Amino acid sequence: MLRLILSRLVAAIPVMGVVAIFVFLMLRLSPGDPAAILAGDQATAEVIAAIRADLGLDRPIPEQFVTWMGQILQGDLGRSVLSKQPVAMMIGQRVEPTLSLALMTLLFAVVVAVPLGVIAAWKQGSWLDRGIMALSVAGFSIPVFVLAYILIYFFSMKLDWLPVQGFTPISEGLLPFLHNIALPTLALSFIYIALFARITRAAMLEVLGEDYIRTAYAKGLKERVVLTRHALRNAAVPIVSVIGIGFALLIGGVVITETVFNIPGIGRLVVDAVLARDYPIIQGVILLFSGVYVLINLAIDVAYVLLDPRIRY
Amino acid sequence: MPAFLRHPAFRNPSVLIGGGILLALFIVTVCAPILSSLDPSAIAPRLRLRAPSEQYLMGTDALGRDVWTRAIYGGRISLLVAACVSVIAVSLGLVIGLVAGYIRWLDGPVMRAMDGLMAIPGILLAIALVSLSGANLTTVIVAITIPEIPRVARLVRGVVLSIREEPYVEAAIGLGTPTRKILVSHVLPNTVAPLIVQGTYICASAILIEAILSFLGAGLSSEIPTWGNIIAEGRAVFQRAPWIILFPGGLLAVTILAVNILGDGLRDTLDPRMKKRLGA
Repeated sequence: MLRLILSRLVAAIPVMGVVAIFVFLMLRLSPGDPAAILAGDQATAEVIAAIRADLGLDRPIPEQFVTWMGQILQGDLGRSVLSKQPVAMMIGQRVEPTLSLALMTLLFAVVVAVPLGVIAAWKQGSWLDRGIMALSVAGFSIPVFVLAYILIYFFSMKLDWLPVQGFTPISEGLLPFLHNIALPTLALSFIYIALFARITRAAMLEVLGEDYIRTAYAKGLKERVVLTRHALRNAAVPIVSVIGIGFALLIGGVVITETVFNIPGIGRLVVDAVLARDYPIIQGVILLFSGVYVLINLAIDVAYVLLDPRIRY
Repeated sequence: MPAFLRHPAFRNPSVLIGGGILLALFIVTVCAPILSSLDPSAIAPRLRLRAPSEQYLMGTDALGRDVWTRAIYGGRISLLVAACVSVIAVSLGLVIGLVAGYIRWLDGPVMRAMDGLMAIPGILLAIALVSLSGANLTTVIVAITIPEIPRVARLVRGVVLSIREEPYVEAAIGLGTPTRKILVSHVLPNTVAPLIVQGTYICASAILIEAILSFLGAGLSSEIPTWGNIIAEGRAVFQRAPWIILFPGGLLAVTILAVNILGDGLRDTLDPRMKKRLGA
């Protein structure tokens, strides 16, 4: 097991290296002077010159890359153009709302979608199945911000049940936390429910055709036992792998959902940074999210082996 | 009736419904000046925040501009971006995938680069690219295209790798057929069906990301009516005038839905292997 984790970690290094090269080159190859971009719109010529000297932008590109990479590896993501605070610290302060929203969304989506997928596969071809699948196509197509406004329209404006915006940390009590995060979670999880339900159904259909399912039925096991203990367990591998794909979607969704609901998370931070052209923050958030993406995929590779001992690397 | 219209794809209900909605939308946006005599940017302060009525189908916004007129002009941008992004992404991805799949020593480095590009969240990458280079139609299209390329390249490489094991390709190699000819006459035709399907899904994703860029204020200038811009401008007055967001948002959702349905239909008729894998 340890060897597997280590080998996966080693394989993740080149991917992160490529990400770092992209992020590095993006600034250097973009039209315009990188020092001027980093200095922000209102910077004077002296400030720009200072930044150029500070970052060694007058040096050859490979040398710049080594210096820059060294700083990143030490956790130094640079300083914000506007607030002059270290980017790593600014991101750190915004982690909680983003993490809460992401985890609540994943949890809610799995809890709703897996039973839907199982039911659809169980009643394959029925109206129930078709209804769930139609809902899944629709869920895939409604952009999260449009859905968010539809939900606000009904749950906040018409029914006045849930607050329109903001975030309450969980330390201020579970109920206020849930009350505030319910609407963003609902909006963001729709697409995941669609995705997970679809994959669960497909994986279940494949497994339900296997001989051992027929054997299980022939033994006289209850349908519920066959579905959950025999079929769902064997269908778990593709379902888990889709959670990894879903994570890439989740990051985009978090950025938008935080904007709609005014949640002070990392997504909001990066959108504000884009509007202010605060490039060090954008760069830091991209590196962070890509790193998390790579780590999640690594965790999923490990989960495969735990879920299905037949898989060997 | 031209021969290609007899293809089973044109009898598939999903293709007909999705394609029909898109065709209708295309005609509406092309005929925008006929369907509305109003100027999408004409400000009329006295007519601000009018609810939807016979005269103003989707109401008016905070500056008194007609939302319906703005929405049909905005549809032009969405369709244009979708078409450009899918054509460019498919072409570039095709070339990269063919090269990676056929030239062995390039496979490793090229695919590692694609893996790295895929690890960067597409929306963030697009936002960063646009904010670095300044937003106009070209940069928006380029920024949406770049994150889509690796998926196409992966798909094409997969097709190439499976095709080159086929006996007829081995026979062609054995007969001394030049590589270029094998690629063009044996490998390329096999990539057409999956690429049409993938290209359709890229259209959906391009329409969505363009709208997101505009909505976040990172896309085309707010003077240009795009669905994302109309929705973004409606945010401040959503409680008083929800139609400014709900109508263009609905159009956006219906368009993406139509593209996805079309893609599913094309997948089922053109690429049956995919259908089995997804169980759809």
